[in-house]
Amino acid sequence: MEPLMRISDLKTRFHTQDGIVHAVNGISYDMHVGEVLGVVGESGCGKSVHALSILRLIPIPPGEIEAQEVWFAGRDLLKLNDSEIRQVRGREIAMVFQDPMSSLNPVYTVGFQISEALMLHKGMNKKQARERALELLNLVGIPEARKRLDNYPHQFSGGMRQRAMIAMALSCEPKLLIADEPTTALDVTIQAQIIELVIRLQEELGMAVMWITHDLGIVAEMAKNINVMYAGFIIERGSVHDIYHQTRHPYTLGLLGSLPSIDEAPGTKLISIPGLPPDLIGLPQGCPFFARCAFRAERCRLERPVLEEAGSPGHTVACWRWQEIDAEKLRKAVGGAL
Amino acid sequence: MSPEQKTLLQVKNLKKYFPVSRQFLSSQRRYVKAVDDVSFDVREGETLGLVGETGCGKTTVARTILQLYRPTSGQVLFDGVDLASLQENDLRKMRRRMQMIFQDPYASLNPRLTVGAIIAAPLDVHTTMTQKEKRERVQELLELVGLNPDFVNRYPHEFSGGQRQRIGIARALALNPDLVICDEPISSLDVSIQAQVVNLLEELQNRLGLTYIFVAHDLSMVRHISSRMVVMYLGKVMELADRNEIYLRPLHPYTRALMSAVPIPDPDKARNRKRIILKGDIPSPLNPPQGCNFNTRCPMAAEKCFQDDPEYREISPDHWVACHFA
Repeated sequence: MEPLMRISDLKTRFHTQDGIVHAVNGISYDMHVGEVLGVVGESGCGKSVHALSILRLIPIPPGEIEAQEVWFAGRDLLKLNDSEIRQVRGREIAMVFQDPMSSLNPVYTVGFQISEALMLHKGMNKKQARERALELLNLVGIPEARKRLDNYPHQFSGGMRQRAMIAMALSCEPKLLIADEPTTALDVTIQAQIIELVIRLQEELGMAVMWITHDLGIVAEMAKNINVMYAGFIIERGSVHDIYHQTRHPYTLGLLGSLPSIDEAPGTKLISIPGLPPDLIGLPQGCPFFARCAFRAERCRLERPVLEEAGSPGHTVACWRWQEIDAEKLRKAVGGAL
Repeated sequence: MSPEQKTLLQVKNLKKYFPVSRQFLSSQRRYVKAVDDVSFDVREGETLGLVGETGCGKTTVARTILQLYRPTSGQVLFDGVDLASLQENDLRKMRRRMQMIFQDPYASLNPRLTVGAIIAAPLDVHTTMTQKEKRERVQELLELVGLNPDFVNRYPHEFSGGQRQRIGIARALALNPDLVICDEPISSLDVSIQAQVVNLLEELQNRLGLTYIFVAHDLSMVRHISSRMVVMYLGKVMELADRNEIYLRPLHPYTRALMSAVPIPDPDKARNRKRIILKGDIPSPLNPPQGCNFNTRCPMAAEKCFQDDPEYREISPDHWVACHFA
């Protein structure tokens, strides 16, 4: 089956006064129609920049995007002109951001902002667009939607704003919804509501979803596949089962070990990853995780590992020593290190 | 955790109301009841977790304990002394025994002071140490929190979030306090760094015999570090119990919902569990509902819950709950 999106060797750099920041360093993967992909990594790992690069929302300059191709539904997004890419944004690929307050315009009503997209992309008239906006607010579970259409964003709570953003994103029935940490600013009970909502909508509408997060707990529940990113590289990729139960990369193991589980026994120690992520201006020559890795060897310092198949089809890992590594060994190697 | 342990801190019927500016032509003064009749105690050497969502009053409780806010009513007994009744001078003497670690490691360190000066600040205020003694103490503290003692002359901007949080911890420990209140110390840090800081806090507790109040919204992390947990909602305590008891036998519907909303980093467990999804949002603390605070979102709410505020009572030894149906 032809993939919905094929990214080959995507690189994004920023030219700054201090030097070139290598934010995304040659990542490649496919996404299929209706697939839910989790993109996981910590701040500065390039997860958001890579998504913005797909939509070409990176300001150029100082940014620079380079790739063999960013294939989406039959064409290369990087080869489109400005008006063509605008047609893709919102209509075919929609994005929901972390902070709903700064993504909504405070001086227009929520109803107007949703209708605007419909009039622009779908050519609806004002009345049709308003009716459709009402349907969408109902779809995302906003109570008393008809009244709420005429509210301004400040009259909405954080969770409702995020619902409104999702309604807006869904207005043109996109093939792909990119959700960039949409629940990070929300309380856990509200986060649970939003996750439930996106899972339901994804099933109903059959769209593909890319969920970007730093929390491996959130995507465990909904994703089919996971990309784990570090320093602008995909360092491990596989099905949720592969990533959580057949973990191969020491960084992924560390991330999982850093999370307490709600049912853990008393006295369980967290596995912490020592040190800090590398500076993206002067990336090390070898493995980007070298300095923090409990399993590093001479080869890791000199040669950068590339993704290779690890055990099961579709499970790839960029580590020279993946065959020797598991959670037990990591626990022993790290011990009680601070 | 044995109940015979010495009680270090007792919070009794603590209330903190903040006045809200009067509305035009209205004579009535309105109040946000940020903390509304909260009672619990903290035992020597334990970690008491304080969890709840935005606006539940957990940070206000922490600040009121330290008398950074003066309570509207109620008592805060530290080692038997009611802090609320102390004058500034006497309070200052008590304060050296209680310290705080703040949420935002960027805002809580003065950017114009060196790390050495930041950590020495409590020593300047509370001790008569000489410059040399202070310098040695600062280096000792830096080492204790896992930072290079040669960093004394650096400025906060030269450090990452996790390292800054270590500086904040060193400052809090400078005076050898008995009680450290950690107010969301890890919520602004990356996952891998969170584990570093939590491990450090645990190790320091073992080494120095510290007592912690750990305030956070992340239930799984609070459960990880705490011996007992207090669950708050809209200014009130909903439930208090031992970390295992609250996980195995949560009695309050809010605790159950909160527990079921925690993301589980395991695809099989995450997909098989039954989630309790609460309806709606947290009501405004300016205008809390009649009766039980939680009645607008409670899946079990009955008529009684809209009339009477449930009594906060001890349902089994050391397990407290405020619900009509518990």
